Amino acid sequence: MSAEAATYRDGMRAVLAIAATVWFFGASFGLLARSSGMGIAAPLVMSATTFAGSAQFAVVSILGASGGAAAAITAAVLLNARYVPISISVASLFHGRRLRRLAEAQLIVDESWALSSRGGGRFDRRLLIGAGLVLYVAWVTGTAVGVAGGAALGDPKNIGLDGAFPALFLALLVPQLVDRTARMAALLGAVIAFALTPFTPPGTPIVAASAACLLGLRRSGRPAREQRA
Amino acid sequence: MTAWLVVVVVGAATFAFKAAGPVILGRRRLPDRVAGPVALLAPVLLAALVVTQTVGGDNELVFDARLAGVGAGAAAIAVRAPLPAVVIIAAAATAVTRLVT
Repeated sequence: MSAEAATYRDGMRAVLAIAATVWFFGASFGLLARSSGMGIAAPLVMSATTFAGSAQFAVVSILGASGGAAAAITAAVLLNARYVPISISVASLFHGRRLRRLAEAQLIVDESWALSSRGGGRFDRRLLIGAGLVLYVAWVTGTAVGVAGGAALGDPKNIGLDGAFPALFLALLVPQLVDRTARMAALLGAVIAFALTPFTPPGTPIVAASAACLLGLRRSGRPAREQRA
Repeated sequence: MTAWLVVVVVGAATFAFKAAGPVILGRRRLPDRVAGPVALLAPVLLAALVVTQTVGGDNELVFDARLAGVGAGAAAIAVRAPLPAVVIIAAAATAVTRLVT
């Protein structure tokens, strides 16, 4: 991944280890969805259209506990509201016709977005699209295997995959802490998320934490590239 | 029927959320006043994700084997291990901790 000329293939290669993890979670989503009474087609359609793991797990756990459609929808929509600030941060990478931008935007997921970040608010389009494609295939095929009866795969927690995701995000966070403002904002975001977790439904802490980026108002006016020094 | 209602509504909402930036903003540059905060979205959201994925539960903080995974991952990051190694080390530490506790 040289800084100058990343290719779509670089994005695909960079995301392989993460994609393997995502595949297992897709399989466990399919398995859980089926056992929670969602049937066969609905989980598959959900993975292909929603393509956002945490929201889909929230839906399954709520429907599985007979929580009702309203609760499931509220939780999932709150969880995915983070994609508004996330997609705004990468908006300049997408060009061409509206329909093409609509389609490509669906490849934005936490992992592809984080992997494509260059620090200082810059992102690499080819890394985002390449990684997003691989993750999409991994998520949908994983779901299919899980729905088809992946009981043999076991609980992904048994191989520690739930502890791998926060470590992944931490590894992607560290290169972002380029200056004092970035470190302060990250710390504030973490504190907000921690403080709200016991009191709000899943997803809300992340959306609320995005308010910490307002610390960036102090240095507005300078172009992003100069903020790295 | 409930499942399909959820699938359609959540799918449509997520589709719109992801399209918000690329379709509404497009290639236009953000005004400088907005660019500062937007540049900080990545570190802020990543930090929040680290927290919620480590200790997040259903309306509660849960301190479990994931902490050991993040700790081992942090150590791997500190010695500049490559990303796949960080992920594997964190998963292994989480699994082993869960086995012995």
